[in-house]
Amino acid sequence: MHELSIAMSIVELAEEEAERRGVQIDAVHLKLGALSGVVKEALLSCYEMACENTPLKGSRLVVEEVPVVIFCPSCRAQRPLSSVQLFCCPECGTPCSEIVQGRELEVVALEIQECAPNPV
Amino acid sequence: MRPEPRLIEVRKNVLKQNDVVARALRDRFRGAGVFVVSLVSSPGSGKTAFLERTLTLLRPNYRVAALVGDLATENDALRLARSQAPVKQITTGTLCHLEAAMVQEALEQWDLNQLDFLFIENVGNLVCPSSYDLGEDLRLVLISVTEGEDKPLKYPTIFNSADVAVVTKVDLAVAVEFGWKTAYDNIQAVRPGMPVLKVSAKTGEGMEEYLSFLAARLIELRQAAVV
Repeated sequence: MHELSIAMSIVELAEEEAERRGVQIDAVHLKLGALSGVVKEALLSCYEMACENTPLKGSRLVVEEVPVVIFCPSCRAQRPLSSVQLFCCPECGTPCSEIVQGRELEVVALEIQECAPNPV
Repeated sequence: MRPEPRLIEVRKNVLKQNDVVARALRDRFRGAGVFVVSLVSSPGSGKTAFLERTLTLLRPNYRVAALVGDLATENDALRLARSQAPVKQITTGTLCHLEAAMVQEALEQWDLNQLDFLFIENVGNLVCPSSYDLGEDLRLVLISVTEGEDKPLKYPTIFNSADVAVVTKVDLAVAVEFGWKTAYDNIQAVRPGMPVLKVSAKTGEGMEEYLSFLAARLIELRQAAVV
């Protein structure tokens, strides 16, 4: 279970961005590859925990799951993998080891509100 | 009035910090000409016994050392120290994997120029270590014959992140009716083209082939450095 430390890294990263831009974050958008080694459900519950006592408390984590895409040397084309348990081209069956996408663990966007100065 | 939410693009790798440290480590390893091998597996697959045998066999001809990660104990470091190679324990506390910064900290006082091979034994875990680059040249994933042939299918991510699969405890293969072909096919299904080695740390079977493989990789590394 390393999702908590991953969630804390996400919060830290988002907090830095928020501070730098002077904004408040409503949601963090994350790309999560099927080969990232991170489980979405576990990450979501850890995210809430990681947000406690930070300016991100109450924000959402929006996860976009990224399937594995391989390059098939026979078809000379990129193909989505039907299962991470079988690295073969779904069209021609050639074993494929070149991964084009699916390892992502990347914050891609932040949903923000511009901070209005507090009324006195 | 509530302001409209707005989406701003960021594009930042969550593990960037680890990757930056891993890259610095890799540069340091390259500069020193040391070949770095990491070992991952489930708990009890025989990483420590395999590594102890490796260190003992390599030591007469090469300068070797090891870092070993464990949640709580120093037992593995004590076992490995019997090989008389320099060994350092990294106690991770509750953390289920090693991170590049832990390796960096453990190596702070080490003169890597004095080494040919450095081994890094990860915490026994087939899930978490897969996400963390440690700057190694070669990642071995171990699977013991007593674990069953379907481990690669259950943990495809870590098998996919590794370079070589090592089947351990082969002296027990007959007793547990280990299915070689099934195991081999499963490894190839999740990582096509992955070399598979078979060893027994107990009897020494397969160790010679494995050590020649390492020796060849060290020569390659040093030749590449000269070019």
